[in-house]
Amino acid sequence: MALKAADLNVGDTYTECLVEDLKRTQIVQYAGASGDYNPLHTDEIFTVEVAKYPSVFAHGMLTMGMTGRMLTNYVGDGRLTKYGVRFTSQVWPGDTLNSTATVESVDDGLVDLKVETTNQDGSVVLSGYAQARVD
Amino acid sequence: MAVDKFPIEASHIMMFARSVGDDNQIYFDEDYAQGTEPGSIIAPPTFAQSSAQFDPDYFLRPKVGEPWFGSGKEPTGIKRDSSGGGGGGGGGGGLHAEQHFEYHRHIKPGDVLTATVKPGETWEKEGKRSGKLVFSETVTEYRDQNGELVITARGVGVRTERPVDQ
Repeated sequence: MALKAADLNVGDTYTECLVEDLKRTQIVQYAGASGDYNPLHTDEIFTVEVAKYPSVFAHGMLTMGMTGRMLTNYVGDGRLTKYGVRFTSQVWPGDTLNSTATVESVDDGLVDLKVETTNQDGSVVLSGYAQARVD
Repeated sequence: MAVDKFPIEASHIMMFARSVGDDNQIYFDEDYAQGTEPGSIIAPPTFAQSSAQFDPDYFLRPKVGEPWFGSGKEPTGIKRDSSGGGGGGGGGGGLHAEQHFEYHRHIKPGDVLTATVKPGETWEKEGKRSGKLVFSETVTEYRDQNGELVITARGVGVRTERPVDQ
């Protein structure tokens, strides 16, 4: 179910809720699947007492992975040609994240999207771009 | 991270997709996937990052017989000086600042990739919430079993002077 260039307009948006009340267990799942076992993400004692953060926090790549799900649901499977982000703020257990793709241009069979993921306070936690092939 | 052999496996893709909360059938159901445009199970867009599993020296994975900086009896298994948590991930250590992927084609089970890493630029900035920031960039090229470039990844890490103020 790919997008059709003829149906797209600059400024169109697509939004998904990525996660409600992020659980520590999901962060553990991501550590196990990705292979990034940095204790900052799963070991509350280390993170609070040694690293001096208020609690464990999500891998940036978990937020990028969840945001990627929003993108592939929008543009279709196997359609992305580029996807890049900056991690602008940390994501904590308990956070609820929403992510939006906004059409910036449609040209030559490709759509360029602005991507932004925000938390329950409206703070931007991830900002970036994606490009995908359209019909 | 440099990796000699990164075999793309269906069960790894399934577990990775679960961990990012993605229940799209194309990530675990081959029968379903055959009817989709890609025609087979494919990996989710950020899956290449899990090549860390196949880097024998990856420093953020506990290894047999080696000290680990996470907690056990003590809050950390490695005593260090005041530079923070250590391992590139502690209070004074590294955080992930940016990640970029370019997809030349989408990878699927059966592919066997190699990853080569080239250092990129390094730059500094003064941060309001964490003191001096030192950014460093790496470019990773993932090639398939035929030597074809499949994914170009560019990561930017940042080392902070102190933990980021909340």
